[in-house]
Amino acid sequence: MNIRDRLEARSAHYSFRAKLAVVWILIFVALAVLFAAFRFDTAFMLQWLPFILAGVPLTILISIMGILLAVPLALLGALGRLSRNPVFNGISGFYVSFIRGTPLIVQIFFIYLGLPQLAQYAPGPLQGLFILGTITSGVLALGINYGAYMAEIFRAGIQSVGHGQVEAAQALGMTRTQTMRRIVLPQAIRVSIPPTGNEFIAMIKDSSLVGIVGTQELFFRASKIGRQYFQNLETLVIAALIYWLLTSIFSYFQGRLERRLARGYVREGGGPHGH
Amino acid sequence: MGTEARPVVSLRGVRKVFGDNEVLKGVNLDVGPGEVVVIFGRSGSGKSTLLRCINLLEEPTSGSVEVDGIRYEAGPGNRRRRSAMREIRSRTGMVFQDFNLFPHLSVIENVVEAPVTVNRMPRAEADRLGMRSLEKVGVADKKDEYPIRLSGGQKQRVAIARALAMQPEVMLFDEPTSALDPELIGEVLAVMKDLALESGTTMVVVTHEMGFAREVADRMAFMHEGNLIEEGPPAELVGGARDPRTRRFLEAVL
Repeated sequence: MNIRDRLEARSAHYSFRAKLAVVWILIFVALAVLFAAFRFDTAFMLQWLPFILAGVPLTILISIMGILLAVPLALLGALGRLSRNPVFNGISGFYVSFIRGTPLIVQIFFIYLGLPQLAQYAPGPLQGLFILGTITSGVLALGINYGAYMAEIFRAGIQSVGHGQVEAAQALGMTRTQTMRRIVLPQAIRVSIPPTGNEFIAMIKDSSLVGIVGTQELFFRASKIGRQYFQNLETLVIAALIYWLLTSIFSYFQGRLERRLARGYVREGGGPHGH
Repeated sequence: MGTEARPVVSLRGVRKVFGDNEVLKGVNLDVGPGEVVVIFGRSGSGKSTLLRCINLLEEPTSGSVEVDGIRYEAGPGNRRRRSAMREIRSRTGMVFQDFNLFPHLSVIENVVEAPVTVNRMPRAEADRLGMRSLEKVGVADKKDEYPIRLSGGQKQRVAIARALAMQPEVMLFDEPTSALDPELIGEVLAVMKDLALESGTTMVVVTHEMGFAREVADRMAFMHEGNLIEEGPPAELVGGARDPRTRRFLEAVL
C-alpha cells in the first residue's frame, strides 16, 4: 500500500463534520498568527471596544429601516418592469438602470447635500422635506439603492411562476390584478425571500457608507477613534469583526427561515402518493 | 341536442393565426345544453387551440365566440371585449392537462379562491359550495392538504372541483388524462363520466381516450389541419365515417 492509499484509508475513519471542524480550527490558528504579526495594541483595542460597539444598534436600525423601504420600492420596480403601461414601465426601467449604475456613496451625498439645494424652490412648509438628517438621508439612500437591486430579484421571482398558473387564474375569471395579487405574488415572494436575506446582509455592511456623512454608526466610530489616535488598523479590525459577527447571526436566522419556507413545498409525513 | 334550445357555446368562423401558421381555419361549432362533445384528431390539428378559444385563453384572430348569451367578436382589446372575456370565463370551467393547481393554497383554498375573489361570495358560503364540489369528485377528505401531497389523479379531480365551484355553464377539458400515470386515468374519467351522465353537465372534451368518447359523448367531432371536418354521434361516426381522413384516424386509434 502506498502512502496515498494509507492516508485515504485513515481519513475514512473520520466524519466530514470532524474534518471540517479541523479545517476551521486551522484557519483560526492562522488568523491568530496573522493577528500577532501585526503587533496590534490590544490594550488600546479593548479600551475603545465599548465605544465602537455602541454603534451597533444604529447600524442595525439603519439596515432594518433600509430594507423596509427597499421591499416596497422593489415590488413597485418589479411590477413596473413587467408592466405594459409605458409610463410605469419607463419610470421603473430608469429607476433600476440609474440607481444600479451609480455608486451608493454618490447617492448618499446627493440626498444629504444635494436635496437641500432644491429646498429654495419648494413652498415654505415643504422645505423641511428637502433638508434631511444624516440617518434619514442614509436610510433613504440605502432603501432606494437596494430597492433597485431587489426589483430584479422580485422580477425574476414573478417570472418564475409558470404561465399555467396565470392561465388557470384567468380561466376562472380573475382579472389581471387579481391574478397578480392572489396567485402570482404569493408564489413569487416565497422564492424571493432567500435572495432578499442576502441583500439584507449586504446592506448591514453597506450601512458603513452612511457613516461617511457623519452618522454615529459602527464604522464612523471606528474610523473616528482610529484617526484620532493614529491607530486606524486596530479600530478597523474591531469594526470588521463586529460586522462579521452581525452578518453571521443574520445568516443563521436566514437559513432557518429558508428551511421553514421550504416546508409547505416538500412532500413530508405519510404517503404523499396515497390514494 | 334539442334543435330549439339555445346553444350554450356557439363558435362562428373562428380563425386563429400564430405568425404565419393558420392553426384554426374558420371553425363553426354549437354545443347545446347538457351536451357532451368530444373533439378528437391528430396532435397539432388545432383541437386544444379551438378549446382555448371558447374561454378566450386564445383570442381568435377573427370570428365570434358566444357562451351563455355573452358574445365576443374578435378584434383589438378594449374595455368591452375585456369585460365580455371575463364574463365568458366566469361562465366556463377549464381543466388543464397539467392540472395547474395553485401550489401555495390548500385544496379547499384552491376551490374557493375564484368564488370568493371573482364572485365576491362570503367565505362561509364558498366553503359549503367548495365542499360540495370536492365531495362530487371524491376528494373531500383531502381538503386541508397542499397540492404537492396529492397523486396526479387527485390533483386533476381537485382541478375539476375548482372549476365546478364557479358553477359554470360549460366545462372545458383539455386532454385531462394525458399527464396521468396509466393506473390513475380511470378515476378521472369516472368523475367526468359521472358529471356528464348523472349531473347533465355541458362538456367539451379534447381527449385521446376513445373508449370514454364512445361511451359518454353525444357527439364526436374530428379535427384535421385546423378544420372540423366531420361530426356525429359516436355510434354513427365509429365505423360509419364518410370522410376518408376520419376513417383512417379512427382505424388507427381504435
